Amino acid sequence: MITIAIEKDLKAYQGKRTLEINREFLAGSITNIYGPSGSGKTTFLKMIAGLVIPDNGSIKVDDIVWFDKSQNINFSPQKRMAGFVFQDYALFPNMNVQQHLEYATNSTEWIKKLLAIGKLETLTNHKPEYLSGGQQQRLAILRALAVKPKILLMDEPFSGLDPEMKSALTQDLKNLFNELRTTVLIVSHNPLELAGLANAEMVIA
Amino acid sequence: MPLVLPPSVLGFYLLLAFSPQHGIGKWLYDVFDVQFVFSFQGLVLASFIYSMPFMVGPIKSALQQLPASLAQASYTLGKTKRETFIKVLLPNIKPSLLTATVLTFAHTMGEFGVVLMIGGNIPNITRVASIAVYDSVERMDYTGANNYAAILLCITFVMVISVFVFNKYQAKSPLE
Repeated sequence: MITIAIEKDLKAYQGKRTLEINREFLAGSITNIYGPSGSGKTTFLKMIAGLVIPDNGSIKVDDIVWFDKSQNINFSPQKRMAGFVFQDYALFPNMNVQQHLEYATNSTEWIKKLLAIGKLETLTNHKPEYLSGGQQQRLAILRALAVKPKILLMDEPFSGLDPEMKSALTQDLKNLFNELRTTVLIVSHNPLELAGLANAEMVIA
Repeated sequence: MPLVLPPSVLGFYLLLAFSPQHGIGKWLYDVFDVQFVFSFQGLVLASFIYSMPFMVGPIKSALQQLPASLAQASYTLGKTKRETFIKVLLPNIKPSLLTATVLTFAHTMGEFGVVLMIGGNIPNITRVASIAVYDSVERMDYTGANNYAAILLCITFVMVISVFVFNKYQAKSPLE
């Protein structure tokens, strides 16, 4: 169970506004988060990962307090190890596919499995610049999963995929998430995009 | 400061600071038996102080141009700031790193004011090529000056061409 009750002042084009989130996410649930541009969806994910600090509130994951303003608790991103799939993929240009996964985990078995899930077994020596958009996106997802995170945060992960690849990857991911019992939060512009994958939804307006 | 300070001014103050008669220079001499004035070590130290900003500037700017998400992705994988810097950030500014290193080296090699102030012009100890050129011209030894100058010219030319070729090889064509 992940319990989040946080507040953060956002500087928007229209002026200052406060992002307030009070929500519980069941362990193993897959939540689709959607809302208009600039509503704070990415900031919300980054606050969970520890990359942005909330102004107030608390974040509790499986009874462990990751953040609590009143108690002055704030786990670093390194300690939280939340899997994060960035909108721009954030792949390391100096590393090939294999090195990306080896950077995240030492388990060769797990790397093999991830490569098979992402259908990247034949591309292990390729650097990101030689991968297609879809392959880059799959690598970003696999790298985030490599640390076996308690919570996986995905920021527009399917935006660059064609419908066929999206559907295949969605099914593979669903199976994988069920197996790992990872709680997943997926930000998406299009609520219909995650039909069949997400089992809960949240709107940030 | 070293970026905008005239080299001779920087050299003058370093000469005063490292003088074995007083201050830090005296302390270094008494405790470690090290003398930075009119010695090769002093010349290296002064060149380091003078040239460092020429190295730091381009590297800092290259690091700032990398997307913040690269470091953030590394942190979420449990990596420390140091690991992230060494394994992710530094390898991805390789061309800037090489350019800064070579240009700073070339710049240091041609330095005159700081080197002359703190090192003097002692043959086989602190006489560097750029001072040797000046020295030869003063003695009307144009052949000697030409030899030194030609060597410096060749080294500089090879370095600049190498950096150019390396960076061209690294850069992706806009049509790719």
